[in-house]
Amino acid sequence: MLIKLFSGDLPRSRVLSGLLLVILLGLLLAPFLFSGARPLNTAATICIYIVLVASYDLLLGYTGIVSFAHTMFYGIGAYGVGIALARVDEPTWGVALVGLGLALLLTVVLAFVIGLFALRVRAIFYAMITLAVASSFAVLASQLSDFTGGEDGRTFSVPEVLSPGFALMENEVFGRAVDGKLITYYLVFFGCLVLFLFLLRLVNSPFGRVLQAIRENEFRAEALGYRTVVYRIWANVLAAVVAALAGALMALWLRYVGPKTSLGFEVMTDILLIVVIGGMGTMYGAVVGAALFILAQNYLKTLMGQASEALANLPMLAAALHPDRWMLWLGVLFILSIYFFPIGIVGKLRLRRYLRQGAGR
Amino acid sequence: MSATLPIPKAQAAQADTPLPAAKRDLAPLLLVPALALAVLPFVSLPTWVTLTVAGLAMGMMIFIMASGLTLVFGLMSVLNFGHGAFVSVGAFSATMVLLPMRGWLEADSLPANLGVLGLAVLVAMLVTALIGWAFERIVIMPVYGQHLKQILITMGGMIVSEQLINVIWGAEQIPLPLPASLRGAIFLGEAAIEKYRLLAVVVGLVVFAAMFITLNRTKIGLLIRAGVENGEMVEALGYRIRRLFVGVFAAGSALAGLGGVMWGLYKETLVASMGSEIMVMVFIVVIIGGLGSVGGCFIGALLMALVANYAGFLAPKLALVSNIVLMIAILLWRPAGLYSKSRG
Amino acid sequence: MEHQNTPKLVSEPLLTLSGVHTHIGQYHILQGVDLVVPRGGLAVLLGRNGAGKTTTLRTIMGLWKASAGSIVFDGRDITKMSTPDIARAGIAYVPESMAVFSELTVRENLYLAARNGPLDQARVDWICGFFPALKKFWNYPAGNLSGGQKQMVAIARAIVEPRKLLLVDEPTKGLAPAIVQSLMMAFRELKDTNTTILLVEQNFNFVRSLGDSVSVMDDGRVAHAGLMHDLALDSALQQRLLGLSLDSHQ
Repeated sequence: MLIKLFSGDLPRSRVLSGLLLVILLGLLLAPFLFSGARPLNTAATICIYIVLVASYDLLLGYTGIVSFAHTMFYGIGAYGVGIALARVDEPTWGVALVGLGLALLLTVVLAFVIGLFALRVRAIFYAMITLAVASSFAVLASQLSDFTGGEDGRTFSVPEVLSPGFALMENEVFGRAVDGKLITYYLVFFGCLVLFLFLLRLVNSPFGRVLQAIRENEFRAEALGYRTVVYRIWANVLAAVVAALAGALMALWLRYVGPKTSLGFEVMTDILLIVVIGGMGTMYGAVVGAALFILAQNYLKTLMGQASEALANLPMLAAALHPDRWMLWLGVLFILSIYFFPIGIVGKLRLRRYLRQGAGR
Repeated sequence: MSATLPIPKAQAAQADTPLPAAKRDLAPLLLVPALALAVLPFVSLPTWVTLTVAGLAMGMMIFIMASGLTLVFGLMSVLNFGHGAFVSVGAFSATMVLLPMRGWLEADSLPANLGVLGLAVLVAMLVTALIGWAFERIVIMPVYGQHLKQILITMGGMIVSEQLINVIWGAEQIPLPLPASLRGAIFLGEAAIEKYRLLAVVVGLVVFAAMFITLNRTKIGLLIRAGVENGEMVEALGYRIRRLFVGVFAAGSALAGLGGVMWGLYKETLVASMGSEIMVMVFIVVIIGGLGSVGGCFIGALLMALVANYAGFLAPKLALVSNIVLMIAILLWRPAGLYSKSRG
Repeated sequence: MEHQNTPKLVSEPLLTLSGVHTHIGQYHILQGVDLVVPRGGLAVLLGRNGAGKTTTLRTIMGLWKASAGSIVFDGRDITKMSTPDIARAGIAYVPESMAVFSELTVRENLYLAARNGPLDQARVDWICGFFPALKKFWNYPAGNLSGGQKQMVAIARAIVEPRKLLLVDEPTKGLAPAIVQSLMMAFRELKDTNTTILLVEQNFNFVRSLGDSVSVMDDGRVAHAGLMHDLALDSALQQRLLGLSLDSHQ
C-alpha cells in the first residue's frame, strides 16, 4: 500500500529514505516540536516550496523544458486569492474559492497560450520568451497598484477559521494553542502533501514516461507517434496549475501578497537553484533541496553574519561573507553542481546505493 | 552494365538557365521609418522629434548590448543568459576611471569630457573582454552543445557576478552624473533634443557601421558569416574556428561593457542588478531580430525603443506591455524573427 | 580517349589507412578499414549506400575521430590531428552536401578557401575554364545557384590553391549529364596537375575511365582493392562487388 501511495517511485536509497522521513515528520509535527512564529513560518515555506519546485521539476527534469514563467503562475495563484479576499469586507471561503478559481482559469489559459505559441520553437527561444512574458507580468503587477497593491502588495484577512484569533479548542495541545494559525499550517501541510503525491503519480504514469521520452529524444518520440507538442503543452499547463495552487496556499499562510515574494526574479532563481542542487528529474530532489535551502536561508544567514563580523579587519572577505551575499555562495554552489553534481543530491544518494548494491554482489 | 540513373528532365533544364537576381529582403528595413511616420500625425512635430531621438538613443544603446549576444549565438550556438553580467561589470569598471577623474567631467569642455568618457569606455571594454575570454574558456567551453546546461550555468554566472560586484563595489547604488558638457538639451526649433541622447545615437551608428564593415569587408567577417552557416566546413578549410569563437565572445562581451557604460550614464545611477534588469529587453530585441542576425538586432532594438517611447507618451498604460505586444506581433509575422539565419 | 592504365608506383603512397575503426554514438561504422591512396592519380572508393564511404572521408578529415587504427598522410600521422590542422597539412574536402556558404558570394566562397592570401587570378581563370558558370555568377550569393553550380563552387573552393590531396564525396549525385561532363573534364585537368584525388562515387561509368586505383567498401571494411583498369575489364567481378548496389542516385 505504501508503494501505491508513492506511485512506485521509491526513494531507492536508505539515506534518502531517512532524510525524507525526517523531513516529513519534522514538517508534520513542526508546531509541536518548535515554539515561536519563525520555525513555523520556515516549515510552511518549506512545504510550499517543495510543491513549487516539484512542479518545476516536472517541466525541467522530466520534460526538459526551461521556463522562466513559473513564478508568474505562482504569483497568479497568490494574487487571485489575495485580491479576492482583500476586496471584500467579509472574507469567506466562497470568496477565496472564487478568487482561486479565476486565478486557475487565467493560469490555464496563459499556460496554454504560451505553450502553443512558444513550444513549437527551439528551447532557447522558449526560455527567452517566458522570461519576457514573466517580467512583463511582474511589471504589470507592480504598476496596476489600485488592483494589486503595487510594490507594497496587499494584506488581507482570511476566512475566520484560519485567522489567528480563532480558537478551535480552549486548551492547548502539546503546548500549542489550537488556533487559526495551527489550522492554516495543517491546511498548507496537507495541501502540499496531496499536491506532491499527485505530481509523483503524474510522473510515474504513462503520461510521465512519454514526457521523459520526449526529453531524451524528441525526434524519436515523434517518430513513435506521440504528438510531442500536445504533451509539452499538457506538462506546461499542469505544472502551472500546481504552481498556482502553491501560490494560493502561500497567500493564505502569509495573509499577504506582493511582487517581491510572489513574482520576483529572486523566487525563480531560488527554484532553479533548488531543483538543480536537489536533483533534476527526481521529485524527491525538490523535497530535500527545498528543505535544505529554506533552512539554510533562514539560519545560515545568521551564521554568515557572525562570521562577517568576526572578520571585520579583512574587508573583502567580510563583505563576501555578509549575510546579504548569501546568493553569491549559492550561485557558486549552483555552478559547481551543474558541473560536478549534475544528478543532484538525490541522484548522488541513489547512485551510491546502486553502486553499493552492485559491489556487494 | 550501366550504373547511372536517368537524371530527371527538370534538373537537366535547370542546369543552364540564368540565375534570378539575388533577392533582397527589404521589408524589415522599412519598419522603423514606417513606425516613425505612422506616429507623426498623432503628435506635434517638436514632440515627435524629441520622442524619436529618445527612442533612437535608447535603441542604439540596447543594440550595442544585444549585438554581442546575437552574434555569439549565431556563431557558436551558445546562449549566454549571463550576458547582462558584462553590462554591469562594464559599467562598474568604468567607475574606476569616472570617479577619480570627476574633476574633468565637471569641466564644461566637450573634449575633456569626451576624453574621460573615452578612457572609461576603453577600460570597461578591456575588462569585459578579458572576463569574457575567461568566461568562455572556463565556464562555457565544457558545455558546448548542451543548451540546457548552458542556460543554467550562464544564469549562475550572472548571479555570482552580480554578487561579486556588490562585494567589490559595495551594495549601495553609485550615482553617475552626466559630464557637464553633455547635460541639458539643444533646441532644434521648438524640439528639445538631449545632448547625451545625441551622443548615444552617434556612438550607436558608429558601432553598427564598424560591425557592418567588419562583417562584410574583412576576412574575419567572412569567417564569422561562414561560421554562422557551417562551422564544420570552415574548419575543413583550415581555419581554427575555436579561436574565432573566443574572439567573438570577448568582442561581444566588450560591446556589452560599452553598452553598460552608456546605459549607466543614461540612468545616472549604477546598481549591480542593472545587467539583469536590462536582459529582458535585450532578449526581446534578439528574438525580434532573429537569433544570429546583427542587422535584425539593430532594427529590433530601434523598433522596441521607439515603440516604448511613443507608447509612453501616447498611451502610458499600454507602454507597460508594449515590448511584449511588439514581440508577439513580429513573431506572428515572422516566427523566427526578422532575419533568421538558417541554423538547424 | 586513352588514359594511363597503370598508376605510378614509384613512390610511397600519399595516404594510408590501417585498421581504422570509427564509432558514431553506439554505431560501429568503420570496422577496420585498410586503404591505400597512391601518389598522383585518382583513387576511387566504391560501395553501396551505408558501406562507410562518407564516414571514411570524414574520419580522414578529422571530422569524426577514429577510435582505433592509424591514418598516415605524406609521412605524418594525422589520426589524432584536429580538422583545421589536417586541412593545413594539404588535404581539401568536398563533402557530399557541398557545404557552400549560401550567404557568401561565389567570390567570397573562393576567397575564404585561399588561405595563403589573395586569389591567384591565373588559377581562377584556369578553374573558370572548365566551370564557366563561376565567372558568370561571381558576385551572386552562392545560395542562389543550382545544384550543379554549387558543386562547381565546392570543387573550385578545394582547388583554388594547390593541395596535395582532394577528398571528394559523390560529386555527380543528382546532377544533369552536362554538368557531369564538366566535372569529368575538371578531374582530368586536375590529374594532370599532379593532385592526388580520392573520389567516392556510386556512378561507376563516371569513374571507370577516370580512376587509376579502386577500393570497394562493404560493411565498414574494404572488400576489394586493385587497379581500375582490371576492374573495368572484369564484368564478373563488377557484378559480384557492385551488382547488388546499382541503385545509386536519388
